[in-house]
Amino acid sequence: MKTFGIALKIFLVFTILTGILYPLLVTGIAQVVFQHQANGSLILKDNKIIGSELIGQQSDSTIYFTSRPSAIGNNPLPSGGSNLGLTSSKLKAMVVERKSKFITFNQLDKNVEVPSEMLFASASGLDPHISPEAAQLQINRIATARHFSNTQKERLKILVKKMSETPQLTCLGESRVNVLLLNVALDKLK
Amino acid sequence: MFTTYDFLQIIIFLGLLIGLTPVLGNYMYKVFTGEKHLMSAPLGWLERLTYKFVGVDATEETNWKTYTFGLLLFNLIGFVFVFLLQLTQAYLPLNPAHLPNVSWHSAFNTAVSFMTNTNWQGYGGETTLSYLVQMLALTVQNFVSAATGIAVLLALTKGLSRRTTDKLGNFWVDLTRSTLYVLLPLSIIFAVFLVGQGVIQNFDTYQTAHTLQGAQQVIPMGPVASQEAIKQLGTNGGGFFNANSAHPFENPTPLSNLLEMLAILLIPAGLTFTYGKMVGSKRQGWTIFIVMMILLLGGLAISLYGEYSANPIFGHSALMEGKETRFGITNSVLWSTSTSAASNGSVNAMHDSLSPLAGMVAMINIMLGEIVFGGVGAGIYGMVVFIILTVFIAGLMVGRSPEYLGKKVEAFEVTMAIIANLATSFVILLFTAWAAVSTLGLSSLNNVGPHGFSEILYAFSSAAGNNGSAFAGLNANTVFYNLLLGIGMLIGRFGVIIPILAIAGNMAQKKITPVSTGTFQTDNWLFVSLLIGVIIIVGGLTYFPALSLGPIVEHLLMNHGITF
Repeated sequence: MKTFGIALKIFLVFTILTGILYPLLVTGIAQVVFQHQANGSLILKDNKIIGSELIGQQSDSTIYFTSRPSAIGNNPLPSGGSNLGLTSSKLKAMVVERKSKFITFNQLDKNVEVPSEMLFASASGLDPHISPEAAQLQINRIATARHFSNTQKERLKILVKKMSETPQLTCLGESRVNVLLLNVALDKLK
Repeated sequence: MFTTYDFLQIIIFLGLLIGLTPVLGNYMYKVFTGEKHLMSAPLGWLERLTYKFVGVDATEETNWKTYTFGLLLFNLIGFVFVFLLQLTQAYLPLNPAHLPNVSWHSAFNTAVSFMTNTNWQGYGGETTLSYLVQMLALTVQNFVSAATGIAVLLALTKGLSRRTTDKLGNFWVDLTRSTLYVLLPLSIIFAVFLVGQGVIQNFDTYQTAHTLQGAQQVIPMGPVASQEAIKQLGTNGGGFFNANSAHPFENPTPLSNLLEMLAILLIPAGLTFTYGKMVGSKRQGWTIFIVMMILLLGGLAISLYGEYSANPIFGHSALMEGKETRFGITNSVLWSTSTSAASNGSVNAMHDSLSPLAGMVAMINIMLGEIVFGGVGAGIYGMVVFIILTVFIAGLMVGRSPEYLGKKVEAFEVTMAIIANLATSFVILLFTAWAAVSTLGLSSLNNVGPHGFSEILYAFSSAAGNNGSAFAGLNANTVFYNLLLGIGMLIGRFGVIIPILAIAGNMAQKKITPVSTGTFQTDNWLFVSLLIGVIIIVGGLTYFPALSLGPIVEHLLMNHGITF
């Protein structure tokens, strides 16, 4: 009985300490030091939330850069991947379809190598990035859809280059472009 | 293509791990032996206050049975609390998404899972659990289940290093010190850092975004960073979100990824140093570290080979299915190898979509009992099971009575080691077999063919090994899987802990034989190779048949371009 009392009391102590005080302390510090990040890195336009920098959204219109395939249709409730194995015939069929779709949609030569991330669904279903190569392959199609002049098209090329992130701290992770941020910048391009 | 950059990232990761092992290990040694340390001044009062409130005499030590009883009771209370909180979350505060009460079987599974440091996710966090449950139930268990693992290791260490006593220390003291001085300070620092990288930490309601294309997207919120930090550090692995550390709100950048990966192995690696120092020979600690490192690198090499080899079905290598652009292939595989080596089980890529070889490495890491760094505390005490078997087998070969650290290894220790070893294989093989022939088991599959079998095999390995990662296509949120996996986790956790504590209790009573020229050394390269041999042979013999039906045959068929 004495042991039970000890166990119960110590459980109470840890619950208060690690379950209440610890998250509150972290929230307090985070809200002061990193408010933007702590609240979801949200992007506002005319006081309305248009998305989060970190959460990929569905983008399949001709005037925008296309984001990665998502097994959940970019609906974050709940996040997740396809969980299909590499011997899945379903996956194979989807990849074949995505490839031909990407090529026709972007009016590319059929022998062009489509970057792997545009053929396969992401892990979270919310991947905000694509590779710089995948963005470059879409420039012509977007310029045509937006009736861009040659100078505007050049500016778009520069924009894609400017928005491409190199590996973090020069060697961590992969080169990538944030699709939503790129599309927001694209809307502002004159 | 595997480039110099990929290689460099692996080197940075390993370099940080090796460099931090003695630093953290030495700090933990001071904490656990009650020496003065960095946190004594800022947090010492809290430790003393805790003992006073709880009514514990910190100098009082107990035998193994009392130690075990306290541990089990404490875990039971945790289980009941987590279970009840989920069943009533709809009536409780901090539930801005108005999530309903969790079903009884899912609540049972999750309560067992977090108590046993498994942190399997049968549920999707953002659509199942309120902020209150995430904090008050899950975050707390993340701390105390990790501290429980450390406590068991400390008891074992005392059993091995003391002579002719039955005292193994005080469970409440070990629990308190691990939580207060090791897990909590590291978590606070790490959580704040993660927020800086973009991990969210708030109590807002889910936000509705109006996307560029005019659609609506509901973005979940919550106190994520505080859970993320301890989830990685305590080898827990249960994510705030369904996609776990692949979710950009849990793991937004390559840098957050590197440190989250490091956090998986940091404490388990540090504990090898602590262990060595506590048993009176740093070499013994480094020997264990080296064995673990060799096994980690072996697994990593096979995984990388699997991912970077050309795939005849898709016509090229480095397939991005279930992987995130910011991490790429190498970071995904480095993670999958580390998370399964340790009993973490968080993922930054979907293991179900890994190449068969990389998926198999994750499975083998788990099946061996997560002794490659392993769970906090659990990794080393699991490794000691193999060490006991190794000295026993070596003793048989040369006809000498086996010893470890000057303690005679006798029938009782070997029996207990075998029980600990069989507990997990019993769950993995028998439960998998049952699920593989029953409609209840098969109806949850997401893939067919050998990969479907792998989904089941992985699930029970993960439960028995208290890992928590999954071939997540398997719909495990059914009565059948919730109960069976829950039972598997209990057997896998306490079926190992209790024999280990019994070994500790028995060893403590023995004398220590002084080292002589006839002593079989357990801190040299010969022993390293013997130990690795025993681990591979025991693991190989137990699981090879099952593996050959799953990932091995899948790999061979894939190379012939066969799909299902």
